[in-house]
Amino acid sequence: MAVFKEFRKGFWEVLPPFRLVLGLCPTLAVTVSAENGMGMGLATTFVLVCSNVIVSAVRKVIPGEVRIAAFIVIIASFVVITELMMQAYAYPLYKALGVFIPLIVVNCIILGRAEAFASKRGIADSLADGLGIGLGYTIALTALGSFREILGAGHIFGISLFGEAFRPLKFMVEAPGAFVGLGMFLAAINLISARQGALSAALARIFSPKKADKKLSREVA
Amino acid sequence: MTEYLLLMVSAILVNNILLARFLGNCPFLGVSKKMETASGMGMAIIFVLTMAGTITYLVHHKILVPYELEYLRTIFFILIIAALVQLVETVLRKSAPALYKSLGIFLPLITTNCAVLGVAILNIDLDYGFVEAIVFSFASAVGFTMALLLFTGIRERFELAQIPKPFRGTAIGLVTAGLLALAFSGFAGMV
Repeated sequence: MAVFKEFRKGFWEVLPPFRLVLGLCPTLAVTVSAENGMGMGLATTFVLVCSNVIVSAVRKVIPGEVRIAAFIVIIASFVVITELMMQAYAYPLYKALGVFIPLIVVNCIILGRAEAFASKRGIADSLADGLGIGLGYTIALTALGSFREILGAGHIFGISLFGEAFRPLKFMVEAPGAFVGLGMFLAAINLISARQGALSAALARIFSPKKADKKLSREVA
Repeated sequence: MTEYLLLMVSAILVNNILLARFLGNCPFLGVSKKMETASGMGMAIIFVLTMAGTITYLVHHKILVPYELEYLRTIFFILIIAALVQLVETVLRKSAPALYKSLGIFLPLITTNCAVLGVAILNIDLDYGFVEAIVFSFASAVGFTMALLLFTGIRERFELAQIPKPFRGTAIGLVTAGLLALAFSGFAGMV
C-alpha cells in the first residue's frame, strides 16, 4: 500500500510541472502537439524510472561528496540509451524533439528525484516514485500539448476536429503561446487546489461512487 | 564580419535563447524576482556559457569526432560543463574574490542550466565553424541576460499590482513571459 501511495502522488500532490515547477524547458518547447508532448513525457519517464532504480540500488556505495556527479553520470547514461533507441525506432519523433532529448540530462525533475527521494529510499519505493512522477509528467505534457494543438491547429494527435471552417489561433502553437498556455494551466491548477476537498471528493467518487455522492451532496447542502 | 554581426543579432533578438528556443527557463522564472540576483545570474551565464561553448566545441571536433565517439556527446558535455563550473568557481574564489562574491551562489546552479548544455549541443547540430560557435555562445548568453533583465524589471512591479489569486506566483510570470515572447517575435524576419 505504501508503494502504491508513492506511485499515486505523482498524479496530483507533486504533479510535475504544475505542482512541482521543474522541467519547464521541455514543457514549453515540445508541447506544440499532443504527440510530441506524449513522446517527450515517455522518454523522460524511462530515464526517470531507470535512474531512480539504479541510484537507489547504489545509494549506500556512493560517497556523499560526489553523489551529484555520480547521479549525473547515471542519468546521462540512460539519456544516451534513450537517444540511440529513439534514433533506431522513432526517428521522426527524435527529429521533432531535437535538442530536447539530450537535454533530459539537465531536467531538474530527474536529478531532483534522485537527490530528494531515490538516494534515501528502497528500490521498490523509488521505482514507484519514478513511475508515478514520470507518468504524471507524461499526462501533463500530453494535456498541455492537446490544449495547444486543438486551439492552435484545430486537430489532436493529427485528427482534425472542427473541419474546414475552423480558423486556428496560430498564436497558441508559436513561442508566446507556450508561456501563456502553461500559465493558464498553472492558474487552473491553483484554482482547483484552492477549492479544498474537491479533489479528494472526486477521487473518492471514482473508487467508491455511492459514499462520495452522499458526502458531496452533504457538502453542497 | 557582417556575417558574425548577423549571427549575433539573430541569436540575441530573433531566436532568443529563452523566449524562442526555450532553453534555461528554470532560472528565468526562479531568479527573476530581484534585479540584483538577476544581473548576477546574467553575468555568470555570459561567463560560463562562452567558455563552455568554446571548450565543448573543441572537445567534440578534436577528440570525439577523430575517435568516432560522437554517441558519447551528451555524457562528455555534461561532465565538461560540471568540471568547468567547478574550476571557474575555484579560480574565481582565489583570484577575484569580489567577482566570486557576486557570482558565487549562481555558479553551482549553472551546471544544471539547460541553456549551457543546449547551446553546446546546438553549436554542433547547427554545424557552426569555430569562430561562429564562440560568437553564437556569447550572443546567446547576452540574449539570455537581456531577456532576464527585461523580465525582472516587469516582475518587480508585480509586488504592487493586484493579481487575481490563482495567477499569483509563477502563473502570472508565465503569462508575462508570453507577452515578452510576443514582443520578441516582432523581430522575426529581420535577419
